[in-house]
Amino acid sequence: MLEFRKDYFADERRDDLDVIGKGVQRQDMLGHVTGTTTFFDDHKMAGMGHLKVLRSPHHHARIRHIDVSQAERSPGVRRVIRGADVPRNLNTLLGLIGFGKDDEPSLATTKVRYRGEPIVAVVADSERLAHEALARVRVDYDPLPAVFDVEEALKPGAPTVNDVYPGNAFEYHDRFDHQRVRFGDVEAGFRSADHVLEQRYQMSPIEQAPTETNGSIAAPETNGRFVVYTPTQGLFFSLDTCAKILDVESNALHFVGGTAGGGFGGKVDSLTEPLAILGAMLTGRPVRYVLGREEEMQFGGPRSGERIVIKDGLMRDGRIVARKVTVWFDSGAYTRLTSYGAVKCAAHVPGPYTIPAVHGDFYCVFTNRTPATAMRGFGVTGVDFALECQMDKLAALAGMDPMEFRILNAYRDGDMKAHRREAKNTALVECVQVAAEKARWPIREEFRRASSRTGGGGERARIPPTPKDTSPPKRTAGGSTYTPSVAPPPASSWDRPAASPPATPFQERFAMPPPPPAPMPRPASSQPPAPPPPEPADRREPPPPAAPGPGTTRFSSVFGTRRR
Amino acid sequence: MKTPVQFRLNDQPVAVFVDGGDNLLTALRDGVGDVTPKFGCGQGACGACTVIVEGEPRLACITLAEACEGARVETLAGLRRGPDLHPLQSAFMEHFAAQCGFCTPGMIMAAKALLDRNPRPSREEVVEAIAGNICRCTGYEPIIEAILAAAASARRY
Ligand code: FES
Ligand code: FES
Repeated sequence: MLEFRKDYFADERRDDLDVIGKGVQRQDMLGHVTGTTTFFDDHKMAGMGHLKVLRSPHHHARIRHIDVSQAERSPGVRRVIRGADVPRNLNTLLGLIGFGKDDEPSLATTKVRYRGEPIVAVVADSERLAHEALARVRVDYDPLPAVFDVEEALKPGAPTVNDVYPGNAFEYHDRFDHQRVRFGDVEAGFRSADHVLEQRYQMSPIEQAPTETNGSIAAPETNGRFVVYTPTQGLFFSLDTCAKILDVESNALHFVGGTAGGGFGGKVDSLTEPLAILGAMLTGRPVRYVLGREEEMQFGGPRSGERIVIKDGLMRDGRIVARKVTVWFDSGAYTRLTSYGAVKCAAHVPGPYTIPAVHGDFYCVFTNRTPATAMRGFGVTGVDFALECQMDKLAALAGMDPMEFRILNAYRDGDMKAHRREAKNTALVECVQVAAEKARWPIREEFRRASSRTGGGGERARIPPTPKDTSPPKRTAGGSTYTPSVAPPPASSWDRPAASPPATPFQERFAMPPPPPAPMPRPASSQPPAPPPPEPADRREPPPPAAPGPGTTRFSSVFGTRRR
Repeated sequence: MKTPVQFRLNDQPVAVFVDGGDNLLTALRDGVGDVTPKFGCGQGACGACTVIVEGEPRLACITLAEACEGARVETLAGLRRGPDLHPLQSAFMEHFAAQCGFCTPGMIMAAKALLDRNPRPSREEVVEAIAGNICRCTGYEPIIEAILAAAASARRY
């Protein structure tokens, strides 16, 4: 039953939910279609200065010397800004809630750690004049060895990306180099399983690519404050971040936002606001700092690349009895928000399935790449891609229909999750049923009748005995003696040859090929991760459209009610 | 050295001083003050800056301002007549064809250029007409529906 909290907002919410299923017009739609919606860059001010930034051409280099004397004399230049001009030139976004150490400068002073890192800013009378001045800045670099691979970065002797984290791993609770989930005995689970399947998955970094690039306009206000027009996705988060970096009271800043030309997580990081405000402070003029598309890609953080290794123990009847997951998040050169993404991932594994033994290790790793950040379900969607690919492979291994396989393993109300919380209001069974119905994908009666409300609890609510870790979490304090606490996992393997699965109704219906043969063991020396073995080409073929049974498209499996 | 450029913007004569090499997007947004065309990339890749020049859809960010001397330029700012919306504007509203709205000015102008020369386009022609306009929010389907609906509506403008 849906239940509404009326204790806080007594009469503000109606119980009948009669807007569901109806179109309700957006309040900003008229502005969008008439072009009167005011985006941050639509604010035009007299005497506005334009800020542009010199960016590192190196992935990793020591800065020996920066010479801005010619740039300062360049036509139309109002101000050259360097790291020393930034009141607090080191920040980490989640420092506002005490999570992580300040690690990213607004303008690099001694070292650059990724290609595109800001070094010098110029405020000039036009963007072109700012670019011309930047071309006159001289920087002497000593290039340093760079690291671009998460597992390489954790090896002893890897270049230190970010001196704040000498082991190249984010430190949780100021001590631990990764997050862990331990629930039950996975090794015992693997030993008792009929099949064991281990696979590696790799997600690319994904750029949010909002149609409007990041940017902001800051201007002195009459009362000594600064007004900031911004597309930020977190208005007060940005305001507080700027107040910290600029070392001013937050009431010195007046942020105007709420209208963003797309964000998708890419406008959370206050990429431009601090320097725009600082430019306005140092010149006394309105200052506009807008990223070009290339800067957006190179300086604006994408979703982190993630490397995911999943090892599952599977019984012949399709039950997963053990799941071990290791994820390395590529945070790039600085933390931004990936540390939090890894926590979300830890909270999400093993996915929406009840598995009696779960083992997870989650690393937020520093490399010489563009710092990664928030992006649409970051920390969860990436590992879900891997988990659901794995589920399809496991279903094939068990000779089961992939939809029925998910229903079989789905968690139900009353089950114990790996995080020692009881599963409540679960709905995966119903989601799969609706998906199957919409796709006209036939599932057998017993799976059509399954419910998240039944079959859970009891033995499934038990917290299993969990062996103590033989390697306690690595304590990183001190950093210099850092060694990675897990060895890179072995190549994909099948511990024992898969028995030819018995024919099932599913196979009869869709002539699914037998599970893929065991991949060749990978030589231990080959470093780049092998892509998961390709699926047989016809695995993913949609089923032939089945004749819809009576009511299949007109009744919801969830509520049994007629839909429009 | 600033160069004067005169053209007709939405049926009104306008004059603006530009720097050599300035593009039409800069001339419109910073010179004339028509901020309806948007900057999304500055390199002809996204279509957010789409305007109509002499009846043809043009990417303002890669159109030289001086090349528009004497030309007829249309932007989203000129589409609405008084309180009445253009059929494309109504159709975009009715079909939820905008979310953040940043691509919308360019999208509507690309669609208008199509409907002006082909009042009854096929779905393929609609898709072709907005092929240069990136929308990161809607997934395009509502936009295509909206343009087809505007074309089908008996209302002529
Ligand atoms: S701004 Fe002109 S095409 Fe992107
Ligand atoms: S509505 Fe956001 S880009 Fe199209």
